[in-house]
Amino acid sequence: MKKIFTYFFLILISLYILVPLYVLLATTFKPLQEIGISDMWKLPKDWSLSGFIKAFQKLGPNLKNSFYLTIPATIISAFIGSINGYVFSKVKFKYANLIFAIILFGMFIPYQSILFPLIRFLQSIKLYGTISGLILVHVVYGIPITTLIFRNYYSEVPNELVEASYMDGAGFFKTYTKVLFPISIPAFVVVIIWQFTNIWNEFLFAVTVTSSPDKQPVTVALVNLAGSQVVEWNVQMAGALLTALPTLVVYVLLGKYFIRGLLAGSVKG
Amino acid sequence: MRKKNLVIGISVVAPSIIAIAIFVYGFITWTLRVSFSNWNSFSALLRGEYKFVGLRNYIRLFQDTRFQTDLWNTLFFTLFFLFGTIALGIIMAILVDKGLKGSRLFQNLFLFPMAISFVVTGTVWSWIFAPGNLPNNPQGLNLLFQKLGLDNLMWGWYTSTDSLGHFNLALIPVIIAAVWQLSGYTMAMYLAGLRGIPNDIIEAAKVDGASEWKIFWRVKMPLLTPITLSALIILGHISLKIFDLVFAMTGSGPNFVTDVPAIYMFELTFRSNRYAMGSAIAIIMLLFVAIVIVPYLFSSMRGEKR
Amino acid sequence: MKRVIIVLAVLFAAFSVFAASENALEIFSWWTGGGEEEGLLALFDLFHTYYPDIEIINAAVAGGAGTNAKAVLKTRMLGGNPPDSFQVHAGMELTDTYVIPGLMEPITFIYKELGILDKFPKDLLDIVSYKGEIYSVPVNVHRANVVFYNKKIAEEIGMKKEPTTWAEFLMYLDKAQQKGYIGLSLGDKNKWTSLHLFESIMLAELGPEKYNKLWKGETSFNDPAIKHALSVMKDLLKYVNSDHSALTWQDATRLVFEGKAFCNVMGDWAEGYLKTLGWRPGVEFGWFAVPGTQNAFMLVSDTFGLPKNAPHRENAIKWLKFLTTVEAQDTFNPIKGSIPARIDADKSKYDVYLQWSMNDFSTKSICPSIIHGSAAPEAFSTALMDAINKFVTEQDVNKAFKEILWIAEDNGYVTD
Repeated sequence: MKKIFTYFFLILISLYILVPLYVLLATTFKPLQEIGISDMWKLPKDWSLSGFIKAFQKLGPNLKNSFYLTIPATIISAFIGSINGYVFSKVKFKYANLIFAIILFGMFIPYQSILFPLIRFLQSIKLYGTISGLILVHVVYGIPITTLIFRNYYSEVPNELVEASYMDGAGFFKTYTKVLFPISIPAFVVVIIWQFTNIWNEFLFAVTVTSSPDKQPVTVALVNLAGSQVVEWNVQMAGALLTALPTLVVYVLLGKYFIRGLLAGSVKG
Repeated sequence: MRKKNLVIGISVVAPSIIAIAIFVYGFITWTLRVSFSNWNSFSALLRGEYKFVGLRNYIRLFQDTRFQTDLWNTLFFTLFFLFGTIALGIIMAILVDKGLKGSRLFQNLFLFPMAISFVVTGTVWSWIFAPGNLPNNPQGLNLLFQKLGLDNLMWGWYTSTDSLGHFNLALIPVIIAAVWQLSGYTMAMYLAGLRGIPNDIIEAAKVDGASEWKIFWRVKMPLLTPITLSALIILGHISLKIFDLVFAMTGSGPNFVTDVPAIYMFELTFRSNRYAMGSAIAIIMLLFVAIVIVPYLFSSMRGEKR
Repeated sequence: MKRVIIVLAVLFAAFSVFAASENALEIFSWWTGGGEEEGLLALFDLFHTYYPDIEIINAAVAGGAGTNAKAVLKTRMLGGNPPDSFQVHAGMELTDTYVIPGLMEPITFIYKELGILDKFPKDLLDIVSYKGEIYSVPVNVHRANVVFYNKKIAEEIGMKKEPTTWAEFLMYLDKAQQKGYIGLSLGDKNKWTSLHLFESIMLAELGPEKYNKLWKGETSFNDPAIKHALSVMKDLLKYVNSDHSALTWQDATRLVFEGKAFCNVMGDWAEGYLKTLGWRPGVEFGWFAVPGTQNAFMLVSDTFGLPKNAPHRENAIKWLKFLTTVEAQDTFNPIKGSIPARIDADKSKYDVYLQWSMNDFSTKSICPSIIHGSAAPEAFSTALMDAINKFVTEQDVNKAFKEILWIAEDNGYVTD
């Protein structure tokens, strides 16, 4: 009886999740003539792959850029977060908490408002219009959240473990590589999933920091599938699904660790 | 040894601190400075002759009915979005946590929406809630209601200008869409929390004869408080800055019923070239965040000292 | 940390290596999808046959009729990092935003050198000029004051002749409504379409001459005609679909295509859209100028200009010269579904609708569109857009009129 209830609610929630996904999927297989609000519930009359083909042709080159951007940015910000988390949780120094709070607050700035100074700054360090510049931006704005996750994760690790390593004569870095790093996989997974999803899907910085199309990440190309006036929704939505694939692969590959990592990372918020 | 580590530790975080100092606080200072200026046209910004006008941009904003609507919208959107996402997240987590056959599948399905671009899901939701030319020609969800004979459930959704007090009912579909997108992530957080609760605590409660309901509210929920706090922060900052989803789904709506500060800021800055006004909105949004976050930061700092 | 720094350094080095081409030409536009992109690429191909050595960088940013692109462009211009040439709407969007602050180079010399000053309508060259100098090359022209209608419904309601007055137009809308159709479809989810409709009504009420004088500060906004335009709009709104704020212009045009709505007021990109849906101009759908604006051509024109400090100025000038040619204009426009800005283009390359439009373009008064950036500065059109958006909901003529006067006053127009 209880089981039936559980399944009932699971299916009910799944419906809520699936309805928009159905519309999305059905639209991707329709030719332009069939796409409109009044036909949205219907299955395609003429199943057509043209949306996917067109989207793939146009997005292909930019997918590569997105990997060039997302993979290094994710890895770098994970490492920075990890080492910061180590310092803020294990090396107690004066005002550490205050400084941490000041860093964390950086998560909340509305990014639209800092575009102008950001671009000027990037121009002054000659990184404007490059993927490296975009990596830098994502790494810096990723510092608060990655530091937060690792700090919370490491504060679960008993201080004695770290102290013992120091007693054994291991230095700062050695303690990190020998004691903390090996047990950090769950936290890395959380950070990687979070950063990967965010950087992969980010549009605002991508469109303002990179200007030439051969350097633009896929999100910009995705928006560029639309014309200034006419939008071909089949291509657009097929593009969105293609764009979502790498994130989904990350979810499935790391999914097992994801929950475990969240568990380890956020229990002490 | 300790001292050496201290020096290394500080020098290791120094680059992060410097980067945040420039990218966050430096740029905010720039924005703050602009918000007190008369840079309300492209040429004024280009010339860069700074003229201090005090709080004029802020006063204009607070007198602006659109901005007032935005503030109310943000308040109600945030309240219902946080409540809905967390409630649904918990429910999903409890259901999946029962470990029935196929729960992995449900778990992955619930996580799925987070991976798709907001611009696209926004459009799909805008179709679903498109009311159609009522009453004769319903569309989207209204069409389904009509087919099911639930005619009196049909209404204007996000095109409606009805409100309850200051709560614009048109926000309801937007909230539903936002909850859809983020409840899976919240579920994952709670799932982690539930699995982290040591079994012996629950067994002990069971031995004491507590009902499952009681165990949940009295034992599990208190242990999940830190997760709820993390979720509130992550979702809260998404909520206050929400832009893409609303922009793609409804835009600012008739009479700005679904407008949010981020949209207004975008339009002021990039359409009207009113940089100073746009910056003022950014600063106000930041102040709101500070009101919510700073007490949390302080309490968590105090919590650790003990 | 050391390791992290090394990783960082290596990665940055790896990604900073990018080929900076010497003989390049960066063209910035918001033409990214459908016919527009095809048209642009065809232009690039043609340009290549003349200048095979120049490598074109197609910097295009899409979305919302150029809104994203304009944001990016302004950010770049502000940072002193202009493209070699960029797309900009003729009129105030060019002059107020870029010319007056001194960001553009005059290009009158190109017109003189090629002797083509008389090949473009004077009214059009006027609005891309500032203090006697021309600042851009108009590539294409769209007409904004057009009603597109479903011919089958027109027949059903007995429309023999296209209406030329509001009274006639309203009568047909009423008939269509009685037959269960939407009279006039509107989709103002993205807000601009209601101002698009209103500016055409304003033009009808003021007449082209007075309308154009508004922007030169020669007539006052405090004109009963503007107030009357609001009440005409209010009359029209009775025949508009109730879900207009859930629809985009595309959805609204589609209502005509689906046989649910009789007509739609839209720029003639709607014609291109109807054609991609499989309709033939003059067969399934017809068109006429918005009633009362038969003597006017509400203009939306895309132009390209020459920013100061363009990194490849010589190439940019070659590009601009190329754009002025009939060949380039006749390559781009039939694909994009617009008409050439040159009046001596080859009419046979265009469909019936576009030929009609070309005729009117060379004979009627040209009036700049407000919402499409030609007539007034962006601050004015955005504020007016919000006011009209509010008017559509509240339908309070007096209040909206007062607000229009305030906006006009704020932007330095005559309101006495």
